[in-house]
Order: sequence, then structure tokens, then C-alpha cells
Amino acid sequence: MGGKGMDHWERVNNPYDDDKVIAACSLFGMMDTSGKRFSGGDTITAIANMHERGNGLGGGFAVYGLYPQYAEHYAFHVMYLDEAARREAESLLQDGFRVALAEPVPTRKTRAIENPPLVWRYFLEVRTQNGQGLSHDDYVLEKVMQINTGVRNAFVFSSGKDMAVFKGVGYPEDIADYFRLDEYQGYLWTAHGRFPTNTRGWWGGAHPFSILDWTVNHNGEISSYGINRRYLEMFGYHCTMQTDTEVIAYAVDLLVRRHHLPIEVVADVLAAPLWSQIEREDGEKAALHTTLRQVYGSLLLNGPFTVVIAHQGEMIGLTDRIRLRPLTAATKGDLLFLSSEESAIRLVCPQLDRAWIPMGGEPIIGSLQRPLAKREPVAVEEATA
Amino acid sequence: MTTNISSNGGSTVRIDVNGTHYRELNGLIREAVADGAQRIDLHDVHGQRYIATNLRTEAEIHIHGTPGNDLGAFLDGSRLIVHGNAQDGCGNTMNEGEIIVHGHAGDITGLSARGGRIFVREDVGYRAAIHMKEYEEKRPALVIGGTAQDFLGEYMAGGIVVALGLTLNGENCHKASFVGTGMHGGVIYLRGHINEHQLGKDVGVSKLTRKDRTILRDLVTQFAAHFGYDAEEILASRFIKLVPLHLRPYGRLYTC
Repeated sequence: MGGKGMDHWERVNNPYDDDKVIAACSLFGMMDTSGKRFSGGDTITAIANMHERGNGLGGGFAVYGLYPQYAEHYAFHVMYLDEAARREAESLLQDGFRVALAEPVPTRKTRAIENPPLVWRYFLEVRTQNGQGLSHDDYVLEKVMQINTGVRNAFVFSSGKDMAVFKGVGYPEDIADYFRLDEYQGYLWTAHGRFPTNTRGWWGGAHPFSILDWTVNHNGEISSYGINRRYLEMFGYHCTMQTDTEVIAYAVDLLVRRHHLPIEVVADVLAAPLWSQIEREDGEKAALHTTLRQVYGSLLLNGPFTVVIAHQGEMIGLTDRIRLRPLTAATKGDLLFLSSEESAIRLVCPQLDRAWIPMGGEPIIGSLQRPLAKREPVAVEEATA
Repeated sequence: MTTNISSNGGSTVRIDVNGTHYRELNGLIREAVADGAQRIDLHDVHGQRYIATNLRTEAEIHIHGTPGNDLGAFLDGSRLIVHGNAQDGCGNTMNEGEIIVHGHAGDITGLSARGGRIFVREDVGYRAAIHMKEYEEKRPALVIGGTAQDFLGEYMAGGIVVALGLTLNGENCHKASFVGTGMHGGVIYLRGHINEHQLGKDVGVSKLTRKDRTILRDLVTQFAAHFGYDAEEILASRFIKLVPLHLRPYGRLYTC
């Protein structure tokens, strides 16, 4: 795996010569379901509290409601290993889009971050006539794939509207410091501390993984990666990031944006109920689950995982069916928290309305459509009871 | 980070943990114990792992906040009281002592325990009591006030698990599936109902004997005393006993 663009990344950016180590990883997500924006402070504090779970080879954040002044533009965050890569990618961007603003992502000098690549951001508008009859999203998807597979030493790692990913090699709190995330506001923040297992630590390999406005933070290992990747390639998604997690980002984009499945159904595809469970379900439910397993069998994620997935207006926590990786959920008023450990949540919000450990394969969903405080008490976590 | 330690002349020590790393914290606990502390209060605990690991003392340690993973790993005689919830791996391979959790506990609670007792007021996560074991007089016990998630008692080789179902809200049926998968020793007592399909292939349901009743009465009485329940009321309900069907469930799998 790996595209032309990635040749030199891991050698430059992995200061260790490690190959395979045991997995832990830390995940954290915090969403105000009323849409109120807040600073990254609590998310940074919470993910830093789970320092032990990572090993400094990857940290990252996704923020939604981030760029309200450019809410209708596609915000690209792009890493470059050298100026030549930037020139080549920028000429592609200028050909393909109207560029409203291009600037380096602001950073702070920190001792913890070694060998950072150049990181630039672009606010882009798709011209009405893009000449290919594609939807704007599909056009953007194609451009991202074009740069990531065709431009040496350039890598688009964020491409959605009014949101962005910040990530790199380092502990998440160091990455936050480097990218000055305490200075940003959003209504939904997710964070990841990495402990790479099957692939080396490199800047693009840090989580979250993103395509359009989808982001995925992942703890675990996907043993079905091969079949997932081959299935997604049929729909124009090319895996270039040298890690298994990117298949999840492409899978949710395909299932939700292109196939219009509700997120609850997506959970039944990725973490499909076991056949032994389906056998005991009533006719209609059993038929749905059987159909999903037949149609989307190639997108079933096998292996241990917990993911925190987000897109505009929604945050989802999901584990594998037999819950081989941890997830704790909690609520306070309109706030929904998802975390690898409860202690990280209580550190930033000691008095929770509720904290619980969801069942394996059961999605926990926070949505702007259903602010928590307005939901009926019974319905708050009906899906997770 | 600052750690404030105060003591009232030796027997009681208070530690404001406040972000102290677990290695340093366990060092402070050991020092306090060496100085003769009988009770240690830890305040502002947020995810510190391995608290009180391998501590050879009968001191009582009160934990305020949320202790991190592997609370009381290799515990050897202390009594840990958590005023809140415990995370994953609580009581990992404990040998002696007691852990009392005034809340819920996470996955693999009591894993590989070989002695001592764990009381959890509410529910526990996946794979509680996985590979718990026993030998002669060493017989660990895990008493769960509520219910468990899947794979309760997985690969259990010994010890006692009790799930009282007090959080089941009238439905009375435990939710866990694959209970006792690979179990080849020990016993699980469930108050309330469980369906056949929720049980692992390696366990069977059996009737409680007088000896079972004595064990249950002892553990439920202690549980009720810790959390303010009426033991008689709990004991008046029907209990199910789960025991392994085979001593070597996978014996046939690996022979040619």
C-alpha cells in the first residue's frame, strides 16, 4: 500500500526504529449537541490525561464548527515535505478550484515536535462548471485522491467544510500545543493518542483520518482491512495512508453520503450482529440484518476496535461486537462525551448526569438534530440501555 | 504537579493526588504504610493506574475520584474503597484483600484473581472474572450488585462470582451473552433469570445445595453491609447456579 506521495515520510518522521508493539491508543470526543462552540482546552486536558495509552508516535484532533467565516468553502489541510511538493499541489488546486485563501497553518515553536512537515490550509470553492458532471463532494474526493496518489511528498489530510483535522507525530497534547488548538472554537472536538501497531508512526498516519467532513479516530486493529480496501476501491477510494483506519472513513462516506443509510444502519454494517443473534430476532429485523450482511459483507470490520466517528452535526462512538477495546460514554446537559477511560471525562466534567459503558456493537450517537437536554429522559440513551 | 500529604500523627494520611503520576503515587502510599498508616485517603484521583499494587499491608485506602486501570493489581491484603466508578482490570491477579466499588466497574473486573474479594455496587463490563482461579484455601469472590456484560466468567478456572441483578429494573433477566464460555472451574450464582442461549457451551445450570446457600449468605451479607442493602430481602429471591460441564473444555480440540 502507499501512494507515490508517501515515499519519504516515515523515514523522516518516525524517530524510533520500532516495528510492532502492543496496542492501546486513547480516544476522546466531546460534543455540545445544542451547537454551542467551545475552546479545545477540555479536550486537550482529557486526552493528555490518557498519556499512558499512547507512545508519542501520533496525536491528532478533529474540530467541527471551526471555520464559520469560510463555512461554505472546502477547507483543505495539506502536509508537504518540501517546497517543490507545495508548488506542484498548489498548481493542481488552482486549476481545480477558486482559492479564497491560502496560508500556513499557524504553529507555535515547541521542543516536543521534531521534524514537522510544512502544513498549509486552503479555503476552496468548486467552480460551478467543473466539467465532469460530478457533485461537488465527489469532485473534491477525486481531487484529494489525485494529490494523495500522484503528487510526491504532498498529502491532503483534511478536506471538509467548516471543520478540520490537526495531527502529527507526537503526543496529542504536544500536537495541540504546536497547532495552537487552545485558540480555536468548535461545537464538536475529537482527539486521539496513538500507539502504532502494524504500521510505522508518520505524520499522515496519525489519527483522525478524514475524507470530506468525515473523521475517524480508532483504537484497535482491523483484520478485515484487505477485503474492506478492495471493496472500497471499486467506488474510487484509494488507500494511501499506510494504516488500516482509513478504510473506516471511506466506508462511512460511501454508506452515508452516497448510499444514504442512516447511521444506526451503518453501525449494523460495520459491527454486524452475530448470526446467532440474528437467528433469534423477529422476522423484519432478522431480514434487515441478513440483507445488510449479504449486501455489505465486505465492509464488516473484523478484529478489535473502538472508533469515534464524526461528521458535520454528528458524533458516533462504536466498538466491535464483542467489545475488545474500551469505550465509556457520558452526558451532562447538552454535552455528550466519549472516551477510552471514564477518568478523562470526569477530569473535565466531574458532575456528570450519567456515565455508562455501552454494549459492544451498539452505536452511541450525539446529534445537533436531537440536543440531549431536550430529549425525553427515557429516550436519552434508548439505544444503549 | 503538587502533592499534598497530611497526617494526623501517623494512623491516617491524606494525599491530594492532583495529577501525580502513578509510580510516584504508589511510592507515596508505600511510604505512608511503612510509617504505620492504617488509613489512607486519596483525593482527586483521575486515572492513575495500578493503585495499591502489590501492597503488603492491611491498611484501608479510600479512593475519591476515578482510579485508573488495574486498580489493586496483585493486591495482597489491603482494603480498597472506591467512592466512584472503577475502570478496566480492577483487581487484576489479586491475591488477598478486598476491593469495594461504590459505583460500576469496567471490563475484565477480577481477571485472573487468585484470592480476595471484590464487591461492586452496580454493573460490571465485559469478561468479568475472566480466568479467575482457586487453590485449596485460596478462593476469590466477585460480587456484582447489578449485572454483567458479555463473557462473564470466561475461561473461569475457580473462584466464586455472584451477580445480584439489583439494576435490572423488574425485567429480572440478565443481559449478558456467552456466560461462562470456556469455563472449567469455579461457580457463578445469578439472582434472577437467564436464558439458555445466553450461556456458553461449557456451562450447565444446577441446583443450589446447602453449602451453596452458606457461601451465598456470607457474601450477600457482606455486600449488603458495604452498600446498605437488606441481605434477607436479597437472599429471599431465586438464585441460579452455573457450573462447568467439563474440566477440560478444549481437551478434544488439541488432541489428534
